[in-house]
Amino acid sequence: MAREGLLINQPLLRLSQEQVERIHHASMEILSDPGLICFNKNAAEIFQSNGAEVSTLADYDHPAWLVKLPEQIVLKALDSAPKTVKLGARNPDNALIMNGEEPRVYFISGSETNIWLDVDFPTYTKKSDPSVEIQVPEWKPRRGTVADLCQSAHVCEHLETLDGYIRTVNIQDKDITEQNKDVNKYFASLNNMTKHVMAGLTSLDQIDNVVNMAQIIAGGEEQLKENPIISFITCLVKSPLQFVDDTTDTFIEICKRGLPIVVSSAPQAGSTAPIKEVGILAQINAEVLAGITLGQLVNPGTPVLYGSVPVRARMDTLNDSYSAVETSQYNVDCVQLARYYKIPNYSTSGVCDPKIPGQQSSIERLFSDILVTLSGPQYLHCTYGLLDCNSVFCLPQAVMDDAHFKMIKFFLRQPKIDEEEIAEILKQIRTVSATPQKLFISYIRKVMRSGQLSEVYPFEGDGEGDNAFKLAYEKTQELLAKPVEHIDEATTKTIFEQIPGILPRLNIYQ
Amino acid sequence: MSEDIIAALKENVIQGRKTADDEGIDEDLVGPAVIELTNAALENNIPPDQIIMNGLTAGMEVVGEKFSAKEYYIPDMLASADAVGAAMDILKPHLEASNVETKGKFGIVTVKGDIHDIGKNIVAILLKGAGYDVYDLGIDIPTDKIVEFVKNEKPAYLGLSALLTTTMVAMGEVIDALNAAGVRDQVKVLIGGAAVSEDYAKEIGADFYCVDGFDAVKKLDALKAA
Repeated sequence: MAREGLLINQPLLRLSQEQVERIHHASMEILSDPGLICFNKNAAEIFQSNGAEVSTLADYDHPAWLVKLPEQIVLKALDSAPKTVKLGARNPDNALIMNGEEPRVYFISGSETNIWLDVDFPTYTKKSDPSVEIQVPEWKPRRGTVADLCQSAHVCEHLETLDGYIRTVNIQDKDITEQNKDVNKYFASLNNMTKHVMAGLTSLDQIDNVVNMAQIIAGGEEQLKENPIISFITCLVKSPLQFVDDTTDTFIEICKRGLPIVVSSAPQAGSTAPIKEVGILAQINAEVLAGITLGQLVNPGTPVLYGSVPVRARMDTLNDSYSAVETSQYNVDCVQLARYYKIPNYSTSGVCDPKIPGQQSSIERLFSDILVTLSGPQYLHCTYGLLDCNSVFCLPQAVMDDAHFKMIKFFLRQPKIDEEEIAEILKQIRTVSATPQKLFISYIRKVMRSGQLSEVYPFEGDGEGDNAFKLAYEKTQELLAKPVEHIDEATTKTIFEQIPGILPRLNIYQ
Repeated sequence: MSEDIIAALKENVIQGRKTADDEGIDEDLVGPAVIELTNAALENNIPPDQIIMNGLTAGMEVVGEKFSAKEYYIPDMLASADAVGAAMDILKPHLEASNVETKGKFGIVTVKGDIHDIGKNIVAILLKGAGYDVYDLGIDIPTDKIVEFVKNEKPAYLGLSALLTTTMVAMGEVIDALNAAGVRDQVKVLIGGAAVSEDYAKEIGADFYCVDGFDAVKKLDALKAA
């Protein structure tokens, strides 16, 4: 069994087939000229031993190589990359099966923010008429902790549309160090949810601890391969066209272990990529293909996702502008490019610019959520609850996003149109036409109770008041009060005995 | 036997099943519905007042409770009211003989120039289901015909409906014409429709503005209780 996700029957396409092929050829040209600057020795050697033209670059402080990748190496690597990737889960029914050719969308949280946003609802009284009172949300940012991460995973476990989890908050407790961050962030996530958990590694030293912990939970090495309850994301190619030394090492080690991994690239149109759409597409495609190629050269058959996180630059600050319309265009285009290679796509939507929830954030996130969903990425990193360009996380906002994705999923349901339905509806229309009142109301009830009608917006206020945030906050508390299926006591004991560095306070059995 | 019929009638009102072909909320409930059971009740010589009180009204009370508890929605309420209205049509000839009175005669109409009738029809169903003797005059009805109806039928209530800002002015004309004909005092005039408001009702001299059919039933029942 696996989660159903959302199958898009007619994906939104912005590019013609001819345009996709032009981008492909441009990317191939980029890979061979100018090629990529590689700051990682292992990668340079792997590329060289597989037929790439590799030369030493002298003009850099750090050892560097120029890698020129011929098209045939890339195409061969693409051939060996699995077209279907399974991301497992503690509850096997929550597995995600992603086929590169099938536009079935899974909705995923993340990614890591430094700031956790609390909220209070103080009451304000109107000066000129003290009988009038309103409650206004007061947002309180603070640094995220491992307890927050547990809460976030707990709530996300209960969000109906959320199919998988990338941690939403960076754990910044005093006792969290670079050496124990990975095991704690994976454990806190896995212990509070039965869905798939993906994360990036902070420290390569921790890879075996993380993988061993996942093996203990999954039931063994083979069981973890069968049901990879964790996966990884790496941004090994820094735009433009540079293999980063440490991340590339991490990437190589993960590929060796055969666990699923996202090859992600995040160029910014205007600064680290050309401002024109065709330019950022050709470049990001080259960068992702270069990463996928390296992964397949390290370990053919490594399950990879084509990770595209393109963004346009703001003209006033040159910061990322995820809310720019072009950002959604790039994302939709990249989904199409990944499908051209039949590799499952990791795409992004819902990122917004404002620091707090409100009208601007709602408009910005929904705009990209709807459009990028329509394009049919298999793994949609749709940033439940994230604000301020992925710097701030707000749990009630995540709860609201869940409601919005329910609406999007409902909209994309296919109507049932067959002979039986037509016959029934003709009978209905003829019957109603013959009545004096000419109302179809008596036919509503069956449909209404069968779940075929969309629900009223769950955060609708009474009267003229907008209480959406208050209601979302109350819903959040409701979800926190619902139990989650933690890792069982015996397994937890084994984990704490065998995996160093996990904070004792995360052991719920002690 | 009589008790069974009345109990079944009440249950079918709750389920909103007008005829045996209708599906209620409970899929297992099949067989005779409100129309068939009302006829069966009369055949079994159950007095009309008992049919109304213990079957129809008792059923509608439960429907009202479920609606207040948000277990039922407006389509459920309308289905039940429509079923009760159909039963009242069957019972109508028997009421006078049994000295049973309805809650009053109610004329309802969409005024001249306006052909919109969804709201009017829903209001009519709800009023009928609530026990009012509803006369639906139809749509785009000229003012003189409405006045003629009031003169001849002497309804206790007159409901005027208009959707458009261009046609709502006809409501004022109806009230002026009722005054001119000397029958304004014998009828309470209620207005409703998307274009009108409480203020407009006051402006043209109507007795009540009703937001919707439920509001109309509530205001009329309150008026009767006063």
